[in-house]
Amino acid sequence: MSFAHTVLGLLENGPAHGYDLKRVYDQHFGQDRPLHYGQVYAALARLLKKGLIEVAGTEQGDGPERKRYAITDSGVTDLHTWLGTPEAPQQYLQSTLYTKVVLALLAGRPAADVLEVQRSAHLKSMRELTRRKTEGDLAEHLICDHALFHLEADLRWLELTAARLDELATEVNR
Amino acid sequence: MNTHDTAAGAAPEGELLAARGLAKSFGPTTALHNASFDIDPGEMVAVMGASGSGKTTLLHCLGGMLHPDRGRIHYRGRDLTALSESQRSGLRREEFGFLFQSGGLVPELSCLENTALPLRLNGVRRKSAHRSAEEWLERLGVDGTAHQRPGEVSGGEYQRIGLARALITEPAILFADEPTGAVDSLNEEKVMRLLVDAARRSSTAVVLVTHEARVAAYADREVTVRDGRTRDLVQGGAE
Repeated sequence: MSFAHTVLGLLENGPAHGYDLKRVYDQHFGQDRPLHYGQVYAALARLLKKGLIEVAGTEQGDGPERKRYAITDSGVTDLHTWLGTPEAPQQYLQSTLYTKVVLALLAGRPAADVLEVQRSAHLKSMRELTRRKTEGDLAEHLICDHALFHLEADLRWLELTAARLDELATEVNR
Repeated sequence: MNTHDTAAGAAPEGELLAARGLAKSFGPTTALHNASFDIDPGEMVAVMGASGSGKTTLLHCLGGMLHPDRGRIHYRGRDLTALSESQRSGLRREEFGFLFQSGGLVPELSCLENTALPLRLNGVRRKSAHRSAEEWLERLGVDGTAHQRPGEVSGGEYQRIGLARALITEPAILFADEPTGAVDSLNEEKVMRLLVDAARRSSTAVVLVTHEARVAAYADREVTVRDGRTRDLVQGGAE
């Protein structure tokens, strides 16, 4: 995900200070990893350089001066393009787990145990996410659901591979 | 690895329900082969396994609907396999609740009458049973269906009415067989949240048969059935 685009998207709602951007970001997206101010200002500097945002005003207070940033027309166009561009579907073709299974089969180790241990870890993680989502708000709920559906897909692969282990063993030891 | 392969008849005491060495065949097909199971009061255990693995046969044996060919099942210290059919039937009515994937509700009765049915069968007077049914339907958010027939409600509502009926006697154990198998993802979640919440409130233990990991994730732990044998979760980590 492009963090700079997220900042740009937040600025489309109206001009804001770096502090406001961090607060709104953390509210919507920072459940597990709140932003550092440094990340916000680095993104703002990049967006300014590209002309996608501009300084809309500076306020003097007791502390250092605070700049308000606003999205420019080219920023709006850039954001529109980003939102309309599909993310490349992840193909998960380089699977560590698949490598482990093949190595276990080549070495004559119990590959079924590799799959079973992983299955147990996945289910444990799914239980934790389920507990978290039932206690959280809708945003938390949707974030956990996204993770749960991915873990479920992994589990299906684990079960299918477990059912095909004998076949795979014959193939890798050929 | 934690497996249960102890001999038949050696069920430990203390658990709410404990089964050891269960075997069950249907003609030439062996559905269960030395399966074991434990559940504590108020606990929720998911029984997972592929189609044909024996998980539903296990549930039917644990719930007293099937008599195993071999093995012992102890419920609160009583040997279920030694009870007569009428004694088991009484136990099922008074202490167990059942929720199935499809059906179960009587199509000719209203949803209120369906919900009240277990209490009526236990001899509770009509007025009192209906009052309790109204409370349960309201608790599960389907009080608007009280005077409708089961055929007139949505899939999600149907399962919630089934859940109300299963829990109205406040059973010690709820046996749920693929309780969300016939509903969409959104209703699956509603049913599971209500099931967990209602079971926790009434301290009902739940045996949850499912092939869906997302559904099993609501349970406290998981038991896998494979080729008629039970296995607890393998714990990971370096040796």
